[in-house]
Amino acid sequence: MGRGEIFGLLGPNGGGKTTLFRILTTLLHPTDGRASIGGHDVVNRPQDVRRQIGVVFQAPSLDVKLSVKENMIHQGHLHGLHGRTLEERILEMLGRVNMNERADDIVETLSGGMRRRVDLAKGLMHRPDLVLLDEPTTGLDPGARRDLWSYVTNARDRDGLSALITTHLMGDAERCDRLLIIDRGEIVALGTPDSLRESVGGDVIVAQTRNPEGLAAEIQQKLDQRADVVDDTVRVRRPRGHEFVPLLFETFPGRIDALSVGKPTLEDVFIQHTGHRLWEEADHSETRDA
Amino acid sequence: MSSETNPPTGAPTRAMDTLIRPTYTLWWREIVRFYRQRSRIVGALATPILFWILLGSGFAETFRADGGPDGVSYAEYFYPGAMTMVVLFTAIFSTISVIEDRKEGFLQAVLVAPVARSTVVLGKILGGATLALGQALLLLIAAPLVGLDLGMGDFVAVTVILAIIAFGLTTLGFMIAWRMDSTQGFHAIMNLVLIPMWLLSGAFFPAAGASGWLRVLMTLNPLTYGMAALRRCLYPAGVTVGPDVPGLAFALVVTVGFAVVAFLIARAQASRPLDVGLA
Repeated sequence: MGRGEIFGLLGPNGGGKTTLFRILTTLLHPTDGRASIGGHDVVNRPQDVRRQIGVVFQAPSLDVKLSVKENMIHQGHLHGLHGRTLEERILEMLGRVNMNERADDIVETLSGGMRRRVDLAKGLMHRPDLVLLDEPTTGLDPGARRDLWSYVTNARDRDGLSALITTHLMGDAERCDRLLIIDRGEIVALGTPDSLRESVGGDVIVAQTRNPEGLAAEIQQKLDQRADVVDDTVRVRRPRGHEFVPLLFETFPGRIDALSVGKPTLEDVFIQHTGHRLWEEADHSETRDA
Repeated sequence: MSSETNPPTGAPTRAMDTLIRPTYTLWWREIVRFYRQRSRIVGALATPILFWILLGSGFAETFRADGGPDGVSYAEYFYPGAMTMVVLFTAIFSTISVIEDRKEGFLQAVLVAPVARSTVVLGKILGGATLALGQALLLLIAAPLVGLDLGMGDFVAVTVILAIIAFGLTTLGFMIAWRMDSTQGFHAIMNLVLIPMWLLSGAFFPAAGASGWLRVLMTLNPLTYGMAALRRCLYPAGVTVGPDVPGLAFALVVTVGFAVVAFLIARAQASRPLDVGLA
């Protein structure tokens, strides 16, 4: 990935994102292959790597018994900051995430969104070249998610910060400059969100029906058109989708309950390459608004 | 440690940045956490005092210095045992947080910071040991109540020994906690290893009165030597501490040796990348 870039790592839970994240943050050694950050190998020169990176973990790395400011002081001390420089940096960073008024609050009294903001300020306070964020928006409401993204894009535009973000949410993936899609530890696709969507091409028709498997099979048989069953819906991808809609209704009268036509999403990119959806069940509530 | 990416400010600054200040900050964190959690203070201090009062008075009649020091009441005999119990409890409680902390908490950020690996271990252990020592000293102040008349020299000697024991036991707790992936597992180890270790250190009953195999266990137990050193400094020269209690010099060597070896093991553990279980 390049400098000043927000690079997304999109994949399902358990798809190898966190393992890769741990390797890049020097917490885990790769069983095979090599990884380097800023020209430093993560296995042979972990300290050089650690000096360049800021990390925001999936579970906030804040001590909940300490105040916001005390957490920041610790982080500063771990990164060679002290005295006046440290004081000023804490003010600056907390200001950026609008947490200055809560500086003396004990972390356990803060909401999840606020904790995440402090965690971000903490991860960026030593001005790393690269910040690694593991599922940073998980558990945040839409407002807090938007805020988090604006802090990250601001830091990119203002300081030329590079960011690597792992996510399983489409909404996050859309905002990245470039995306690497992985599934079961394998690379699926790489490109900007736009180019990935264009690679799918055409329109995507999603039909709801009582018997999706049956309908999909018949579409393939009668209309000679590939159809995937994803999450109890039938998905068809083809150019000029609106022209296909009447044909569907005429060929299968009364069998389609609802139907939508749209441009391909990043999810369609994922489906096209893997044949299954990005998440299987569990996370529906989170992904709906993404 | 690499010199390439550092400004040429010389080694002292680097040691300050990667070793001393990080260690200090982790030590300070332990202290702050402790006084924000009142229940821990009460738990770690009240339990041994309660034990001491209940057992001390309960055994007062039945305890006949069989192999124990002459002319010493059980409350008096058990007193240094209660002190090591305070140390042990505080050490355990302060290291138990390592388990969760490292997987999803504060320690994650420490492990990806450009600090020497010793600091992670040292900061945590010094913090826990300081708390353990502090609590034990509260009990030491009560020495005149059990009829122990300590001079300034004895007081200092006892404090130093308590500090070494505190360091060793906290390190042992750290070593165990680092390998655990659940706090439940830690509790099992605590009941199976740490509490018996305390029971069989001469804290509770003298080795001389114990049966053969028990006596072997007591001889092998490193905490026996910490207890022996404490006993030899607490009781005035006139009182014999009883047979089978190791001499002061040997007891000190074993106690210090145990702390050093435990620290080296703990540091080696912390320097390895995470095990697969955590991935």
